Amino acid sequence: MTPPVISFQDYSFQYMAQAEPTLRHINLDIFPGEKVLIAGASGSGKSTIGNCINGLIPFAYPGKSTGKLLVDGVETEKSSIFELSHTVGTVLQDTDGQFIGLTVGEDIAFAPENDCVPQEEMKQLVDKVAGLVDIDHHLEYAPQELSGGQKQRVSLAGVMVEDVKVLLFDEPLANLDPAAGRSTIELIDMVHERTKAAVLIIEHRLEDVLWRSMDRIILMNEGEIVADMPVADLLAGDLLLQHGIREPLYLTALRYAGVEISKAMQPEHVDHLVLGAKEKEKVQNWFKEQKAGIHTAQHGDELLRVEDLKFGYTPDKYNLQDINFTIHKGEMVSIVGRNGAGKSTMAKLICGFEKPVSGAIYMEGRNLEGDTIKERAARIGYVMQNPNQMISKPMIWDEVEMALVQSGMSREERTKRVEETLKVCGLYAFRNWPVSALSFGQKKRVTIASILVQRPQVIILDEPTAGQDYHHYTEIMDFLKGLNEKGYTILMITHDMHLMLEYTKRAIVFSEGRMLADTTAAHVLNDPELVKAANLKETSLYTLSLVCGIEEPQVFTECFIGYENREVR
Amino acid sequence: MAKIAILSYIKRNSLVHELTGTTKLIFFIAWSVASMVTYDTRVLVGMLLISVLVFKVSKIKIRDIRFVLGLAAVFLLMNNLFVYLFAPEYGVELYESRTVLFTIAGPYTITLQQLFYHLNMTMKVICVVPVALLFIACTDPSEFAASLASIGVSYRIGYSVSLALRYIPDVQREYHNISQAQQARGIDLSGKDKLFTRLKNSVAILLPLILSSLNRIETVSNAMELRGFGKKKKRTWYAKRQMKRNDWLTIGFVLTILVVDLVVTFWDGSRYFNPFL
Repeated sequence: MTPPVISFQDYSFQYMAQAEPTLRHINLDIFPGEKVLIAGASGSGKSTIGNCINGLIPFAYPGKSTGKLLVDGVETEKSSIFELSHTVGTVLQDTDGQFIGLTVGEDIAFAPENDCVPQEEMKQLVDKVAGLVDIDHHLEYAPQELSGGQKQRVSLAGVMVEDVKVLLFDEPLANLDPAAGRSTIELIDMVHERTKAAVLIIEHRLEDVLWRSMDRIILMNEGEIVADMPVADLLAGDLLLQHGIREPLYLTALRYAGVEISKAMQPEHVDHLVLGAKEKEKVQNWFKEQKAGIHTAQHGDELLRVEDLKFGYTPDKYNLQDINFTIHKGEMVSIVGRNGAGKSTMAKLICGFEKPVSGAIYMEGRNLEGDTIKERAARIGYVMQNPNQMISKPMIWDEVEMALVQSGMSREERTKRVEETLKVCGLYAFRNWPVSALSFGQKKRVTIASILVQRPQVIILDEPTAGQDYHHYTEIMDFLKGLNEKGYTILMITHDMHLMLEYTKRAIVFSEGRMLADTTAAHVLNDPELVKAANLKETSLYTLSLVCGIEEPQVFTECFIGYENREVR
Repeated sequence: MAKIAILSYIKRNSLVHELTGTTKLIFFIAWSVASMVTYDTRVLVGMLLISVLVFKVSKIKIRDIRFVLGLAAVFLLMNNLFVYLFAPEYGVELYESRTVLFTIAGPYTITLQQLFYHLNMTMKVICVVPVALLFIACTDPSEFAASLASIGVSYRIGYSVSLALRYIPDVQREYHNISQAQQARGIDLSGKDKLFTRLKNSVAILLPLILSSLNRIETVSNAMELRGFGKKKKRTWYAKRQMKRNDWLTIGFVLTILVVDLVVTFWDGSRYFNPFL
């Protein structure tokens, strides 16, 4: 038998700054050419495993370890980060951050440059590898000119150039829109075919990764391996839910319908799902039962209206045109579309950060044209994607109070407002804490609180759940839903289809600067043409309903969401 | 994102662009030394003519770099002003004669010698500025690090420069985004507030910017280490270009200028050309 390329032997690791070990007694062998998924909630230690393999631990992040870790037969402790880089190629989560070169060609050549490969040879090598991942026509491009998916290709080429034995992907899907995520998984699969390197993917978005088959799945929880088995076995059990990982939606739907998931069903992929007549009937019956319960929502009064909006950063090209929509009081609406479709630009126009070329935005019937950013901010709140980009005070109270201090409000009034807002956001207990003591999700809440304190009528959130695992995702979204129920109107910019489907009734779809659709969330994902045009991805519920012979996939999706909202939460 | 006019690489097809980064760097250094050393008006006039010529050849338009040019003009003006304020008689000392044109007030008279001194000083700067700007505007940033390394600067330093260039657009975009979001929370950076408030407010933008930049640095340095940066004493460069005939000619030319400059300047034992004696 071939020896494993990676072998953890009773390995434990504790970061220097931490009181508890992050990895406990890990025993894990990865064999050459294997394709393994490592899943787990945030803080489960899954990224730490990756860092141990590529040598960032212990060389960049020192700490205490016991047991042994062999990579390609060599103990990592006695190796170096450079040695290891010849065996293990790592693609980090942040495709922007790891793009080192000024152009694609230079970035791919980075490793051979450091190896003193002569220029001629290096150019040939770069051409070859770039061809492998289909980026050979963009060698001259700067990172800003590439899409997220293309950057991912460059990162991949940059590590493949070393002819490594292991390809390690740390949350490769985190910053990608659904279609780009899907093609990334296809790309990884293709590279795996061609290079025969072992592939390790660290990711919590299970359904997306399983778009292509994986040999094994390792489930982590609190620094331990809780499962190491074929994917089908894990999906058939209930370990995933126990450990805060979302199972594929179609499996959840089957469970709701009372179908027992078994290995024989081939549950890894919705397209290969084997369902007997009895199971299909169960799903159909569940559908009939649920369908009766659907009722349509009513509209409130008009709050925000966008009319014939046109906008371009440069005069010769419009980034947005022909935009028309109305948001009603008390609604929660998603704005979806691929990266670069104009979603964020739309938000900037509403907030007044940019001025439209023509067209107008009305708030309760009044044209906002002459209003400054500050004036608009009293009615429209904007929450950036990354809370670290907004928080500018060390203490929570000060951060939330900031906008009020700026507006010159009296001290008593301020105190009253801040207290009230902190209570709404569930942060009152932390009011005297420093921001640095909070988790990412809690920081997000602080930023939302710092906006809410100005009592805006509508809140716009840019990718509210980006990079969050299922637990934090649910925490943030349930909080937003609670706000919505208290009467706040919420607009969310997102490319997370689950989020759109589960939390918003209505979705506005953007593509290449135009509005493609303004319809129900369920409809968006069940219209194959719309899905394709907007670079989205249909949900597996759509496919499942077809498999079960249900002819109204859209209604089926609505039933699923309705059921989840009523019965499960 | 709104366009922010700063000095950066401007891609054009010209003889200057075709030269390797190394050549341009050597040219820039030799040229600066030559103009720093001399106060000889004859040399300066010659150099000034050449630098205007080179600027023409580069196909870079004044309008491309007008922002930096304006900045340089302001500094030059201030420099002249302060030199005059603190040493109104310096030219007289230097050229050992005194021709008063008229008197402003007290010790502040305008002498021909002082004016001549200012003229020389200004010419020195005007000689260097176009060449310095051209070095930046005509050198492909990709070649930057390679050219620094080729004249013996450690590649680590060279690469930091190149990395800074790589991240300028990203950081600019981030600054822009953060400042917009903070403006929406009532942080005003426009001229309306008092200076102190404005300083305080700018912290609200800088703090998140610095923190997120630190994050970025961590990611980049990890990514670089994972791909073997710093493993060896030397490294090769993908974007480096081979020296061609024109490169050698240019280097030969600038070194000749430097030698001529030194000879003419120090021939008579003084850095100054004195038409008054």
